[in-house]
Amino acid sequence: MRIKLHGTRGAYPTSSKETRKLGGNTSCIEIIEGNERIILDAGTGILETDFDSYRTADRIDILLTHLHMDHIQGLGFFKPIFDPNKEIHIWGPGGSSYPLKDRLNKFLSPPLFPVMLRDIPGKLVIHELSNEPFKIGKFLITSKFVCHPGPTVGYRIQVRSKSVTYIPDHEPVLDKAHLFKEDKWISGFDLCNNTDLLIHDSQFNREEYEKKVGWGHCTMEIAAELSKRANAKHLVMFHHDPAHTDKYRSKMFTNFMSANTFDFPIELAVQGHEIEI
Amino acid sequence: MSAHEIEIILSRQLADCLSVPVFIVDPEGTLVFYNEPAEQILGQRFQDTGEMKVGDWGNAFQPHDKKGNAIPPEELPLVSTIQTHVPAHNTFWIKSLEGKSFKISVTSIPIIGRSKEFAGALAIFWDNDLKL
Repeated sequence: MRIKLHGTRGAYPTSSKETRKLGGNTSCIEIIEGNERIILDAGTGILETDFDSYRTADRIDILLTHLHMDHIQGLGFFKPIFDPNKEIHIWGPGGSSYPLKDRLNKFLSPPLFPVMLRDIPGKLVIHELSNEPFKIGKFLITSKFVCHPGPTVGYRIQVRSKSVTYIPDHEPVLDKAHLFKEDKWISGFDLCNNTDLLIHDSQFNREEYEKKVGWGHCTMEIAAELSKRANAKHLVMFHHDPAHTDKYRSKMFTNFMSANTFDFPIELAVQGHEIEI
Repeated sequence: MSAHEIEIILSRQLADCLSVPVFIVDPEGTLVFYNEPAEQILGQRFQDTGEMKVGDWGNAFQPHDKKGNAIPPEELPLVSTIQTHVPAHNTFWIKSLEGKSFKISVTSIPIIGRSKEFAGALAIFWDNDLKL
């Protein structure tokens, strides 16, 4: 399995040269196995995916973790949805009262967007996630609701014995320095358990988090603690604050790593990077 | 062992922040968490007792009416909510594990998440002598 990081930034896209190294696009990753692929989230990173030159499948599957703007803002500008020959399958969490289609329609309709969802030329098929694992081609997909404002899921994608877990927006524990002692009280634990690669929210350092409890994001410390507790083999720290320059974010990371020791690799997510598991 | 449903995890996080006693049970009625104010009533710490089956915690408090008559578990709000999946309320007396009597009002609510499945129930115990 190959995982391409097309968008690693949270909240809103940035274009300054100070954020170019880690990347300015908002959340989107692509998971490739042989000639199959799925896309997770549709932030502006989705506009970096290549649909014309080397991958020409008529069906495209996009799995959304939630509908906050930084995870869907690329969708309306994603070329394949305007191609009548393309079939776009969008998967995402349902809400308590309004179905996924209605909630997506709020974004993909005037005045926020000039085209109505029903008028998009490509064939859109919208799937509300169930509580059961499901398959798209070779990919076995498990989703679970996780702690973040609004209906939000994390994903675990498995192909044969390899798995990648993607939880870009996550506050596993509120206003505490550590996770609960019992694994079963940890949001997202099952998704992370023994995964080969964990791509996880780690937006804040401890000082920042103290002022942003309940915003739905976590510290580098909590992300690493979750990774260690769940025996994840590799952690990629995701969802960089757009207000953080590469220099600041790298300094945060260096400070964190110099104060801690882990027996698994940890790195900052870098837009454009590809990881193979 | 699977993690609890997110609604139960969030209920615990809420309970952790409250100064009123809160009990959380799973769909089978097992008491999966009670917060520090609830520990004051129960007379034991959650970290010491761990989870308790419904038969155990239902009798542990020795719930009784004004005249001292025992109240059967099925008439307790939390047990009622587990069975019916609807909110319940009652005022009665209990004895802590240390033998102290409390007059309490209990309100229980079902925890039903976005999946529309019954994930458990949460009860707030209002101790009439509670000083917040």
